[in-house]
Amino acid sequence: MCRSVDLRTQVLAKNDATAERLRARLTARGTTVVNLLSSPGSGKTELLEAELALAGERGVPVAALTADLATENDATRLARSGAPVRQVLTDGLCHLEAAMLGGHLEGWLPADTRLLFVENVGNLVCPASYDLGESLRVVLASVTEGEDKPLKYPTAFGLAHLVLVTKTDIAEAVGFDEAAFRAHVERVNPGVEVRLTSARTGSGIGTLLERALAAAGGAPVHTPVMARTRADHGQADGHGHGHGHEHADGHGHEHADGRGHGHADDEAPRAHGHAHQHA
Amino acid sequence: MHEMSLALAVVDQVEEAARSHGAESVASVRLHVGELAGVVPDALSFCFGLACAGTVLEGAELIAETVPGRARCTPCGGEWAVGMPPDLCCPDCGTPAEDLLSGRELRIADVHWGAPRPAATGRPRVPEES
Repeated sequence: MCRSVDLRTQVLAKNDATAERLRARLTARGTTVVNLLSSPGSGKTELLEAELALAGERGVPVAALTADLATENDATRLARSGAPVRQVLTDGLCHLEAAMLGGHLEGWLPADTRLLFVENVGNLVCPASYDLGESLRVVLASVTEGEDKPLKYPTAFGLAHLVLVTKTDIAEAVGFDEAAFRAHVERVNPGVEVRLTSARTGSGIGTLLERALAAAGGAPVHTPVMARTRADHGQADGHGHGHGHEHADGHGHEHADGRGHGHADDEAPRAHGHAHQHA
Repeated sequence: MHEMSLALAVVDQVEEAARSHGAESVASVRLHVGELAGVVPDALSFCFGLACAGTVLEGAELIAETVPGRARCTPCGGEWAVGMPPDLCCPDCGTPAEDLLSGRELRIADVHWGAPRPAATGRPRVPEES
C-alpha cells in the first residue's frame, strides 16, 4: 500500500472556492463587494459613513456589512447614512471568511445593491489571508499609526488594490511623513494607488466610492505583485508528476465542488467554536 | 491569529484524503508555508495539535517548511530574495517585480499515513460534526 500521498492542495482552497462562487453569484446580480481592512481605530467606520452618505446623495444603491468582535456600535453609526447596514458579531474570531459573509447576505442584501462595503474585523494580519469574493480590496491606515505600518503588515498592504490614508486633518500635528509612508507602500506593493482622506474635513471623500464604482463597471483594478504569484495558484508545480499528481487534482475538484452545498453553513459554527481561544 | 482556522482547514482536507485512501491514521502532514503567507508556524503547530484531536489525524506530526520569498525582474533578468519586510522592486534596476516566484505558499505538500489503529481504539470516523 502506498504510505504517502502528494496532496498539493491549498490550505485555503475551500475558502477560495467559496469566495469565487460568491463573487460570481454577486456579479451576476450586479453587486460588487469592497473589502475594507485596517487596524482597530484607524477610521474605517467614519470614512465609510461619509462614503455611504455620499452614495445616497448620488442615488447609488449601496449597503454595508460591518464585523466586530462585539457591540453593534458601528452598525448604528453607519446606519445614520441611510444605507442598509448589517452588523456581524464574530464572537472573538479575528477575521471574516467567505462562507460567513455569504451566510450573512442570505435574505438580507437588497436585490438592487450595486456596491456592498464589507468592513472587516479591525486587524491587519488575519483578514489579509481570506478572499471574501471582493472585487476591490482597500487597506486603510491613519496618520497616527506610523509610516512603517506597510512594512510591519506587508501581507495586508501587499495585497491591497487601493490604499487610503485616513485622519489627514491631524497629519501635521502628529508629524506624519507622507513621503516615507508612500515609499513603504511602494516597496511591498509597487504601483498601488495611495490616496489621502479626512472624514472630518471631507477631503478625499468620494475616492472610495469612485474607485468602487469603477471596479463595478469593469475598469481594470491594480494587480499587486504579491497576488501575481505562481505558487499560490499552482496545485501542481511541475515536478514530481506521478500518482500523487493525479490524486492532487482529483481531490482539488471534489473539494471545491463537494463542499459547495451545505458546507458553507458548517464553516461559521466551527469558526465560532474556537473563537474564544483567541479572544 | 487565524492559525486555528487554518489548522481546521488542513485537518478537513487530510481527513477527506484519508477517507478516500482508506487510511486509518496519519503519521505526518507536510506544509509549505511561504514567508509572505502571513502565518506563524509555531502558532499553526500548536493549533494543529488541538484540531487533530478526535480525528484520524490524532497524534500526527506537522512539518511546516518555510518557503522564502523570491522575485524576478523582467528587464534585467535578476532574481532576488525579497526578504522580510519584502522589497518587491528589483535591487539592481528598481523595476517592480513582474510576479512573485515563491513566498505566498500555504499548501499541503504531502501526507504520510500511519499504521492501522488497534481495533480497541476504534476508528475515529468523525464526519463533520465537530
